Amino acid sequence: MPKILEEVQGDWDMLIEPPKGSFQFNLSEVWRYKYLLVMFVKRDLVSVYKQTILGPVWFLIQPVLTTITYLIIFGSIAKISTDGLPPVLFYLSGITVWNYFSETLTATSNTFIVNASIFGKVYFPRLVLPLSKVISGMIKFLIQFLLFMTILAFYLLRGTSIHIDLVGILVITPFVLMIMAGLGLGLGLILSSLTTKYRDLVFLIGFGVQLGMYATPIIYPLSSITSKYKPLIMANPLSFLIEAFRHVYLGNGLLSVKGLSYSFLFMIVIMVLGIIIFNRVEKTFMDTV
Amino acid sequence: MATVISVDNISKQYRLGQVGTGTVSHDLNRWWHSIRGKSDPYLKIGERNDRGKKGGSNYTWALKDISFEVKQGEVLGIIGRNGAGKSTLLKILSRTTAPTTGSVKIKGRVASLLEVGTGFHPDLTGSENIYLNGAILGMKRQEIRAKFDEIVDFAGIERYIDTPVKRYSSGMYVRLAFAVAAHLDSEILIVDEVLAVGDAEFQKKCLGRMREVSHGGGRTVLFVSHNMGVVSQLCDNSLILSNGELALSGNTSEIIDRYFKQNQSSSKYYLNENPIPAADLCFIELKAINTRGEVIENFKFNEHIFISVKILVRKYHPSAKLSVTLQNTAGDYLSTIVENISDHYRNAETFILKIKLPSGLIAPNSYFFRFALFIPNGKVFELIEMVCPVKVYDDGTGMAIFEGMNYGSFMMGHELV
Repeated sequence: MPKILEEVQGDWDMLIEPPKGSFQFNLSEVWRYKYLLVMFVKRDLVSVYKQTILGPVWFLIQPVLTTITYLIIFGSIAKISTDGLPPVLFYLSGITVWNYFSETLTATSNTFIVNASIFGKVYFPRLVLPLSKVISGMIKFLIQFLLFMTILAFYLLRGTSIHIDLVGILVITPFVLMIMAGLGLGLGLILSSLTTKYRDLVFLIGFGVQLGMYATPIIYPLSSITSKYKPLIMANPLSFLIEAFRHVYLGNGLLSVKGLSYSFLFMIVIMVLGIIIFNRVEKTFMDTV
Repeated sequence: MATVISVDNISKQYRLGQVGTGTVSHDLNRWWHSIRGKSDPYLKIGERNDRGKKGGSNYTWALKDISFEVKQGEVLGIIGRNGAGKSTLLKILSRTTAPTTGSVKIKGRVASLLEVGTGFHPDLTGSENIYLNGAILGMKRQEIRAKFDEIVDFAGIERYIDTPVKRYSSGMYVRLAFAVAAHLDSEILIVDEVLAVGDAEFQKKCLGRMREVSHGGGRTVLFVSHNMGVVSQLCDNSLILSNGELALSGNTSEIIDRYFKQNQSSSKYYLNENPIPAADLCFIELKAINTRGEVIENFKFNEHIFISVKILVRKYHPSAKLSVTLQNTAGDYLSTIVENISDHYRNAETFILKIKLPSGLIAPNSYFFRFALFIPNGKVFELIEMVCPVKVYDDGTGMAIFEGMNYGSFMMGHELV
């Protein structure tokens, strides 16, 4: 990333040099390109439903169909416990949160490969693109979250007893969202940097995300796991987020401050690592992509 | 005028072949050297970038020790054959890739127009893409809004502005792309062969716009092309890159002449020792000769130039044709002759066609020839440009006093009435 050279060379605006290992991270440059960020978010949201009849309604249909699938397969056929919660709400809450993470991860992990043609022609801070994916993903999440809230309200009006922790909601929701975004972005940055040179990873990402979902309490509650797999699932920083989300909205799930702190630290480490690797790669990836 | 771009000794190394097997071991080796404080072991072995010759190592220098400066308001042409390093240089200047060694200092905002339709999304409409593309090129929302009408007007696609760009013709696509970039208020504009697309009217418009922005607006333009004619029209100064090295720089028309002079002796006549294996028809030998059959370069104005074309026939096509085009030093086509091959072919594997050109017509100057074997509106078997250099010198015409001035390519016969 070119340095702003005011202190170095007075007159010149920009210095282009061979990449160095140092940690140069220019957030002010990303800020100068904020309008581009907005445009990319708009592009992501608008282009998805171009030439479709239902348009943005598809953002809602996706989680509904997934929920129905899970209801049939995991609920009716496999008869996996939902911890006494209404199955629809149980699955939908898991899917809504998980989708945000997995979509952010997959969308950012192919940043370099998908955008190679743009990156090859013009310069702008490369980080703008993965950031735009985080934001457009968040907007999709909010739409799906509204669906979840609507269905939750429907259950409440029908008189189903669900214990809602209002204070918890206000604290936990932004916290969960932030960590999900950070983890998705951080992992995505690492993967996108590595895939520019080693395409082998492309094949693993799709599989890894799927596996990750089963290693996270989405289709089963954490409380139902008693076997030797429990440490593995407890090591997954996402588990605490899903459980905390269910705890505040549905009144059932593990709310562990220790667990959430662990998730938070994990996210910070991944983000820092991701940004360092991304920075190293962005200067020369055009030569290896 | 102040210097706005200062390029200091930049080089760029590329790895040849597939990046795949062996890259992990190279990476590890590089890392092992770097932690012991040694330099990159692969930086040493790159050799001169000549795409025609097979090198011994897997690394090559696409650019080697390039230094130059560009002043504000200058329109600098960058000329070179395919693979000379033009695009690599522009990629470094537009920051899409970093140099291996050396540094570049730039004053002002750089906008690049490398190829066309940068970042256009096919599903978005023309106007949506103007905003998106403008943002990618670094424009602010207010800037784009202020120039929106001007951009649409310049591109001449008002009727299609609410249609997704995937429905556009390729010409409309380029028009729109160029229009956005041309209206960008950057101090430095980089243009790479976009003018190859678009019709003549639009090309003229683009050239005019580039002249306008540089002369009127004080903006600096870097223009890359292998079309020397356009470069000499547009650029006062140029660089010629050859095999990744800076061959010549200076006044455009001077260096183009010098460049051809340097390269003439090596290609006095064209001899193809390894004909294209798959082609049904191809050239074996092309030469410009005089009446006595000697291969020469300098012809008198009143002397006939003979062109001898030896063709290899692997598969006979009755409709195949040969064309011979006279070119000036800028590569412009001056006149073309087309002959049917069937008229001369006598069932042999090779045959020679000899063409006598008129004397006393081609004005004293330097010329080249372009040869093509093709089927009209169909397959092109082979096409070779800028070969068989000839120089017509004045042997005492009425125009002799104007020698050295470019007064055209043909001597019109005329009379006073």
